[in-house]
Formats: sequence, structure tokens, C-alpha cells
Amino acid sequence: MKLNNELIEKSVPWLIVLTLMVISVGGLVEIVPLFFQHSTTKPVEGVKPYDPVRLTGRDIYVREGCYLCHSQMIRPFRAETERYGHYSVAGEFVYDHPFQWGSKRTGPDLARVGGRYSDVWQRAHLLNPRDVVPESNMPAFSWLDRPLKAADVATIETKMRALRAVGVPYTDAEIAAAPKALEGVSELDALVAYLQGLGTAIPAGNK
Amino acid sequence: MSDFVSDTWHYYVAGLVILSLMFCIWVLISNMTKRVKGPVALHGHIWDEDLQEYNNPLPRWWMWLFWLTLAFGIAYFTLYPGLGRWQGKIGWSAVGQYKAEVAAEDAVIKPIYDKYMKQDLLAVAADPEAQVMGQRLFLTYCTQCHGSDARGAKGFPNLTDTDWLYGGESATIKTTITGGRNGVMPPWGAVLGADGVKDVANYVRSLSGLAHDSLRAQRGKDAFMTNCVACHGPEGKGNAALGAPNLTDRVWLWGSSEATIIETVSKGRTNQMPAFKERLGDEKVHLLAAYVLSLSKSQAK
Repeated sequence: MKLNNELIEKSVPWLIVLTLMVISVGGLVEIVPLFFQHSTTKPVEGVKPYDPVRLTGRDIYVREGCYLCHSQMIRPFRAETERYGHYSVAGEFVYDHPFQWGSKRTGPDLARVGGRYSDVWQRAHLLNPRDVVPESNMPAFSWLDRPLKAADVATIETKMRALRAVGVPYTDAEIAAAPKALEGVSELDALVAYLQGLGTAIPAGNK
Repeated sequence: MSDFVSDTWHYYVAGLVILSLMFCIWVLISNMTKRVKGPVALHGHIWDEDLQEYNNPLPRWWMWLFWLTLAFGIAYFTLYPGLGRWQGKIGWSAVGQYKAEVAAEDAVIKPIYDKYMKQDLLAVAADPEAQVMGQRLFLTYCTQCHGSDARGAKGFPNLTDTDWLYGGESATIKTTITGGRNGVMPPWGAVLGADGVKDVANYVRSLSGLAHDSLRAQRGKDAFMTNCVACHGPEGKGNAALGAPNLTDRVWLWGSSEATIIETVSKGRTNQMPAFKERLGDEKVHLLAAYVLSLSKSQAK
């Protein structure tokens, strides 16, 4: 059997096999090794799995589409670290499934927003950004000050077990205690708790 | 030190990259046929009954471009990291580039910072160049709460007036930015009851001469003298050491309407200013303190 145009162009199996071989090189070289590197698989010191409240807040962040306008990835450029703090490192995101790096900044980066503003500010700002920043073009999320949906509370244990299956080290006790932790928590509380924890494992200064 | 969990991955990545490069070279060489004189041969593959293709050699210009990209690839993998744990001849790294960028900028800015660090805050506040720098810093780090005009928002202090919660001396302002502040007014709803809160609210309004129900204010005064006096003082003039606001002036952090004061008294308030020393460093805090000082000074004139 001679490997020539006719063979590749007329035989679908050969076309598939050879195409797969060519396009898989990129993935095999650039993606697969990331699962076997310390910097991408080990949490930075101080990074802890999300507690139930922050985990629920994170899901609200995703639900409201915050990632469409806010990135969570400070690049190693002085212009970014001056404004946002120390550049992001891979080990900060090992418990993020999926990560919220985003690809567009209509609003500022949030990778290190934790502790930057007070809870009071975060609440006022989420409910109506223009109450505190008159120039803001962020939409008002005025509905957030309401109790968590029953479904969000009911699924927290399943959610944590699913995350454990992909490598987040939740203990059985932590999972069992989760529904209690969500009692009396509003969506706003959860989202603010999530935001206030973002990027706090690494000191905010850019030096 | 390798970032890979085992050396296998180094050989895996480097091997695949080198193999791919060699594969591309092989494909190119094996297709470098010469142009033949006379009739060009056909591929021998017929589509749609009679459609055939000449087996012409690759265009020269295209082939040379291919060689160029291969040469670029080899040069790149020699100079830059990419082949497994190979760090590259020139030792480039993203973090290294970042540090060089920061160092270059610091070399320019540090002398300027040093100059101002040696000066007293009042002197820096009067320096027009420092004021420009301070304003840029303010617009980056402070406007979200205090507003781009520094006039604050509901719950966030106006910095352009002469009224200060914690005191307006230069050292105090610097302390506020450095360490942050945590002002807590406890909720009194449970202690005073709905009616009691309304009485106190009317008394508080009477302190700054706002319209009030004098009967309620009279009753509210008693409650004020028992419960509120510890922080706000017997005359309601506040206490800068605690950040307790003066209630007799016409400056209101949360608002002066009866409804707002009732909310403040019954539910309490938490006013937190984050600490900025760690985030910004001493030099920027110094310039910011001077800028804030200048905002209030220009108003006082």
C-alpha cells in the first residue's frame, strides 16, 4: 500500500486517523502536561476550597454572568499590578471548576477584589452601582437581596461531592454541615462572601 | 528545579516537539520535486468522471517560506523555554520580564517618592506636582467609595469638606489610609423599641435645628442621655477618637431624613475603610494623605 494523495483522499478512515494525529500534537504538548505540573496542580499556600456560602455565591456570580464583563486574571504587567495587585498565579485557581478568568474587561478585574471594599460598599454597589459610583455603567442587580433559592440549598451537598470527584478536598463532615451553613443566607450575602474572598491568599501589594 | 511532577514529562514534551519539527522537515524535503521539462505528470486520481490534477512542484517562494518558519521554530526553541524544562539560551521568563519592567519604572519614580517622603505632609499638600500625582492615585484607588470628585456617597464620607469623623490633622488622615477604620454603630432597635427610636430620631434632628416633633424630641433626649451619650457625647458633638459623628452639624453620612435616622438608630451602621498600607506601600499613602489634606484645605480657605 503506497501512501499517496489517492489513498488519503479516497479513504475516510485514513483521512480521520492522519488528521487526528496532526491536530492532537498541540493538545498533547500544551494541555496534557499541565495536569502533571506542580505550579498548575498545587494550591498556593493559603488557598482553601470554597466554603458552602462562598461556593453558592460563586454560582450566583456565574448565573448573573459577571464573567462577561469582569475578568479574574491579573497579567504580569506593571500597569495591571499597580491597579489590581500581585499578578495571578495558576495555583490560586486549583479549586475553581470552572475558573472564572474571563476574556473581557468591561468592568475592572476582580481577581484580588477581596477586602478592597467594605461589605457595605459591595452590597450597595451590587444593588445599584450608581449609588456609590455615579459614572458606573454596571447593571443594577437589585433582586439579589432575597433568600437563597430552595434548590440552591438542596443541591449544595451534591455540588460539593461533584467537586470532590474532580479533586477538591472536601471532607464528609464539611459536606454534611453545608446545608446548615446556608440557613438564613441571602443571595447578596453569598455573593459578597465570595467576592470578599477573591485573591486574598496572596498579599495584595504588588511588590 | 523542574515544575513537572516527573522527568518523563520533560522528555515527553521535548520529544513530541522535536518529532513534530522533524516531521515537518521530512514532509517538505519529500515534496521538493524539481520541475520537469515537457508534459507534467498527473496525480492519477480522478474525481467526478474526468477531473484530474497536475503534479506540479511546490511554488519556490512558498517552499522558502516554509523553510523560514522551520528555521524560526528551531531558533525559538533554542532561545526561549518550550522544550520541556529547557529554559532557553537567553533565560527569558514572563515573571523576569515583569520584574524588569517594574524595576525600570521604579528607578524613575523612586527619587520622586523619596523627595516627598522626606517632606512634611503639609508641604507635600502644597506642592502642585505632588497634587497631580495624588489625584491620579486617588482616581485609581479611592474613587469607588469616595467618588471621583471626592465628595463621597451615602455611607462614604465627603473628603472635600472640613468635617472629619476621625480628625483632620495630617497624621490622622495618614493613619486612616494606612490602617483603615472600622466605625460601628450598634443597633438600638431592640433596646429602644420602635417608638423610642422615633423619639431619639426627633431629638437628633433637633440637635442640628431640623424640623422635629418637640414632644418626641423631649422624650428622645432622655433616651439619648442614657444610651447614645457614651459615643456621641452629652451635647451630641461626637468623638473623633471613636469615629462617632458630630450630630449637631449639618453633615450627614447616611442622610438626615427622619426615616434614615430611624434606620440608622434601629439597625446600626458599619462603616469600614479598608487598610491600604499593604496594598499601596508607604510612598503612595503619603501622597494620598497629602492630596486628601489639600482637598479639605482648599475648602477651608
